[in-house]
Formats: sequence, C-alpha cells, structure tokens
Amino acid sequence: MPDQDAGTSRTPLLEVRDLKVHFPVYGGVFRRVVDHVKAVDGVSFKVPQGKTVGLVGESGSGKTTIGRSIVKLVPVTSGKLFYQGSEITPLKRKGFFPFRKKIQMIFQDPFNSLNPRMTVEAIVAEALMIHFPEMTRSQRRERSADLLKQVGLEEEHLNRYPHEFSGGQRQRIGIARALSVEPEFIVCDEPVSALDVSVQASIVNLLQDLQEKLGLTYLFIAHDLAVVEHIGDEVLVMTEGKIVEQATARDIYENPQHEYTKKLLAAVPDF
Amino acid sequence: MTREKGIFRQVLERPLGLAVLSLLAVFYLVALFADFLSPYETSDQDLQKTYHPPTSVFWKDGGLHVQRYELAEPQEMVYRKIEGEGAPIRFFASGYEYRLFGLIPAERHLFLVDEPDRIYLLGSDETGRDNFSRLLYGSRISLSIGLVGISIIMVFGFMAGGLAGYFGGIWDGVTMRFIELVMAIPGLYLLLVLRSTFPDHLSPAQIFFLIVLILSFLAWGGTARIIRGMTLSLRNRQFVLAAEVLGQSSWKIVWKHILPNVFSYLVVAASLSIPGFILGEAALSFLGLGIQEPSASWGLMLSQAQDMKVFMLNFWWLLLPGAAIFVTVIAFNVLGDVLRDIVDPKQKFLSR
Ligand SMILES: Nc1ncnc2c1ncn2[C@@H]1O[C@H](COP(=O)(O)OP(=O)(O)OP(=O)(O)O)[C@@H](O)[C@H]1O
Ligand SMILES: [Mg+2]
Repeated sequence: MPDQDAGTSRTPLLEVRDLKVHFPVYGGVFRRVVDHVKAVDGVSFKVPQGKTVGLVGESGSGKTTIGRSIVKLVPVTSGKLFYQGSEITPLKRKGFFPFRKKIQMIFQDPFNSLNPRMTVEAIVAEALMIHFPEMTRSQRRERSADLLKQVGLEEEHLNRYPHEFSGGQRQRIGIARALSVEPEFIVCDEPVSALDVSVQASIVNLLQDLQEKLGLTYLFIAHDLAVVEHIGDEVLVMTEGKIVEQATARDIYENPQHEYTKKLLAAVPDF
Repeated sequence: MTREKGIFRQVLERPLGLAVLSLLAVFYLVALFADFLSPYETSDQDLQKTYHPPTSVFWKDGGLHVQRYELAEPQEMVYRKIEGEGAPIRFFASGYEYRLFGLIPAERHLFLVDEPDRIYLLGSDETGRDNFSRLLYGSRISLSIGLVGISIIMVFGFMAGGLAGYFGGIWDGVTMRFIELVMAIPGLYLLLVLRSTFPDHLSPAQIFFLIVLILSFLAWGGTARIIRGMTLSLRNRQFVLAAEVLGQSSWKIVWKHILPNVFSYLVVAASLSIPGFILGEAALSFLGLGIQEPSASWGLMLSQAQDMKVFMLNFWWLLLPGAAIFVTVIAFNVLGDVLRDIVDPKQKFLSR
C-alpha cells in the first residue's frame, strides 16, 4: 500500500505550532502573580513518523518544558499541539488518556525516576494494569521479563529494587517502563546526560535499535550536539525559549547559521 | 548497596533506643497483664485501712508474709507495725474474677493474702483501695491512649496532608488555613472547650474515645503539615511524573507512590505526639473531665492526691502516678527522638 504510506508520512506524527509555556512568578505579601517566566516562547516544529528530532540547548532554555507540555505535565499557555493531525491541546485528563498509551517519556535522572519502594516488576508492570487490564498476573510478569530482555536486562532482575542497579541499568528500566504500553512516540529528556560517557553510547545504541525494531519516533533532548548528531535526523537548536536554528544534523555541523549554534559547536570536543 | 534495614532493627542497635524500648516493653506487658498482676479490683475498698503505707514483706516459716499493721494515731493516719505478726502471701491463688485480654475467664492472681489482711505494695488511698492495683489498671489508659491516638492521627494527617500536597489548589488552602486556626488556639483551652461541649456522664469506653478524638483533633495538624511538605516535594519527583505520563489515576499515585515514600515519616511524626496524648488525658482526668471513678487512670489518681492531707501527712505513695506519667512521657520522647534521627537525620522535615 504505497499510497497510504505516502499519506501518513505527509502528516507528521507530532506537530507543535507556536507553543508558549509561561510559568507565573508569585511575589509580595498576598502571593499574587507578579511576573512570568517565558520558559517556551513561540516554538514550532514537526516530528515525522519513524524519525528522531534532536532538541539542543543550554540549561534553562526550555527543552524539558517542551517535552513535558507534549505529555501534559505542564499546562500550555498558548499554541497548538497535533498528534497524527488531530489537536491534543484542549484535551482534558479523560480525553487525553488514549494518548497516554501512544506518547511516552524517558526521564533525565535515573536516580530519581524510579520509585525506590517498588520492585522492578512493579515498576515495569504498573502501566500494564492500566492499559491492558485483561492481562493476568502471570501474563504481566512474563511481559515484564520480556521487556527487561528487550532493554538488555535479565528476568531475575524483576524482584530487585532500583537501588541495586547502576545508573545505566536504571535508565534501561526506565526505557522498559516506557515501552510497556507499546508507544509510538517517546520524548527522551536527556536520557544519557546523567550517565558516564562510557555508558552513554550503549544507551543511545539501545534507543536506536529499539527505534528500528519497533518503528518508534523520538523527540531527543540533549544539551550538547555530540549525542544528537549521532542519533538525530533533524536538529532544533534552542535558547531562551525560542528555536534559533532548525536543520539536518549534517547541515548543522557543516554550515551553522546562528551565532548560538556556533558556540554550541565549539563546545563539542573534536575527534 | 544493601537493602535498607528495618527501622525497628535500627532502633534496637542504638543503646538509647534499646533502653527505652525495653522499658516501654515492660510497661506494656504489665498493662496487658494488669488483672493478673493486681491483687485487688480498682473499686475494692477497705475503710478500716485508709491511707495505709506500703506494707513490708518478711520471710517466716518457709514462706513470704505480709507485715500486719495497727492504726496508732487515727487523727494523723499513722500505722505501726505489729512485730512478728503477718499473713502468708499466696502465689497463683484464686481471687476476683476477670477476663484475660478481655476474653479468657480467669481468677488466678500472681499474689494474694487472705482477708481481713491486705497487701498494699504501694500503699492505699483515702478509701483503702490498693494503690498498686490502681496504678496497673491506670497504665492501660495512659499507654493505650497514645497508640489509638496516633492511628487516628496517621490516617487524618495523611489524608489531609497528602491530598493537600498532591492536589493543591483550594483543598490545600482550606486545609492549611483550618490547621493554622486549630494550632493558633492554645491547646489546653481548646481541650476544655471541646470537652465541655459533650455530656459529663458517659460510659468509661465512651469517655476514652471522646478524649482520644479530642486530643487527635488537636494534634493531627502538625503531622498533616509535615506530610504536606513532603508530598509537595515528592509530587515533582520524576517517578511520580512518570506514573502520570503512564496514565495512572491520581488516587493510585497517592496510594502507590506518595504513601510508601512518606510512611516512615508519617509514623515518626505521629509518634512524636504520643506524650501529648498521655499528658492530655492526665490533664483532663485531673480536672475531673476525663476518666471517672471507679475506673483508674494516672491523671485521675493524681487528682485525688490534691488533698491537703496528702502533703501534710506525707502520703508520698499517692504521688506515684505522677512519677509514672513522667517516666512514660520521657520514654516516648526519647523514642520519638531516636526514630526521628533514623528517619530524618538532617531534620529536614521533622523538627520540633
Ligand atoms: N514548574 C515550573 N514553574 C516555574 N518555572 C519553571 C517550571 N519548570 C521550569 N521552569 C523554568 O522554565 C525555564 C526552562 O526550564 P526547563 O526545565 O525547560 O529547561 P531545560 O532546557 O530543560 O534545562 P536543563 O538542561 O537544565 O534541563 C527555567 O528558567 C525554569 O526555571
Ligand atoms: Mg531539562
């Protein structure tokens, strides 16, 4: 069905149109709103099906806020978000619920993103109970073991607690949790920034393998160009809540346009 | 890294923790077996032997005997030993009937003497009731009131604090203002006002629960505030956000992700209020608004010791309930400090 394929690739999986996220700043005796932090201030981009879009920028530039507004963790001030062509911005909790199964997130800090009181099985199987209520206990366990193997862990890790794992292993658990709902789109919020350089490559490779195998689409957030250049098809460069450059990874490298991009490039170690 | 040790084990590993925990364990055992250990019921009077001093015990004819006394000066209630005379103490003898643990009918007591002699290990009061027996029965109230109280405080503290912290908004504002209001009124006055809105004469069980409820109402706010603060910081932890992204319901997030992570703080925050319960009950009973005769409670017993005679004629044994309250309160305070030290070593949340 070449026609249909062409049709779906024309509508991007995710489209962000003039997104603004302003956080109120409270002050004074009566805790009134005295100002706003313009964390994201008019951002537009598209993420095509099956591709990876990299999002780069310094700390505080608003990358996480963009990622979180896509999964409705922060309220959108203005602008529109489209998923497979349909607008998701006005959806409330209930209306957005079906999209919880399609859009997932991998978090930045593997030491913070797993509940210390839950076993790996409980962590990975939590979403199964929500989105696959017909599954029995043993089916869930089987599926959790499967997911662990997919991310390079073992079945016997199921009964352990997060503190028994290294940072890289925890990030794998976080990836398994995101995969448990069989998502189409994953927001990867600096998934390797907190890890040792030696571990970073293995996690990036894992994400690429999974993308190929499962046909996933990524919005990949990073604060340096090196990682994104490796995984991204297209790169967005962001500073102070705005996207200042948008190009393919190669173009960014060979022909940076914006001053800020050049600065970022200068920070990438030469090999 | 190894699995965290249980909090109980950690208390036992500290000398201070081990000491107060052992002391409290003894207290609770005594309270549990109060009916077996006490020779008389709380209402058992002997008007011939009022303000009797603690009886001494001696060894004779291969058995323990309790010293016999005579009333030397009826005006001043001075008793004098009758040399060489005494009554044999019978161990595991049958006396008044009771139900062990409130269930098993029994009549055995650790020690007894035959009438008309009486054994007063810790003296007798103005109607000749045994101070020792009353002290044991009274311990049941003081020792259980805190435990019942913290169960209530934990439930309400978590419901109010956890939900206020997680959901925020109007619910948060209303609960916190309400807690501040309750906390702004001096506790003792509020205690008296609340007690006086209920009828004076109630059954002992009703009074007990009324006191627990009033004291819990005064104390849950502090716990709720601590739990709210912790919940606020947990709410933005990434594992909670992850659960939201997975589509978990708010109630399940509170139940599965917030509660287990604040639970030890909840227990400690609540247990720091145990001394307040013990003192609150004692204060109410002392003022005649709490536990009523013929039941015994330490506060009630102390209120009888207010009589001028007790001070003038040095009936010191009637002040023992005060010592018991003092020791128990100190023990719980120390235990609370040890627990807090384990759960929150930097005192980020649980400071007094
Ligand atoms: N919930 C919030 N309330 C108020 N201000 C916020 C909130 N979340 C983020 N901000 C502010 O918005 C701005 C952008 O933050 P954001 O976390 O998106 O940056 P980032 O690019 O992800 O940075 P980093 O690389 O450090 O993760 C910052 O100034 C931050 O202080
Ligand atoms: Mg970030």
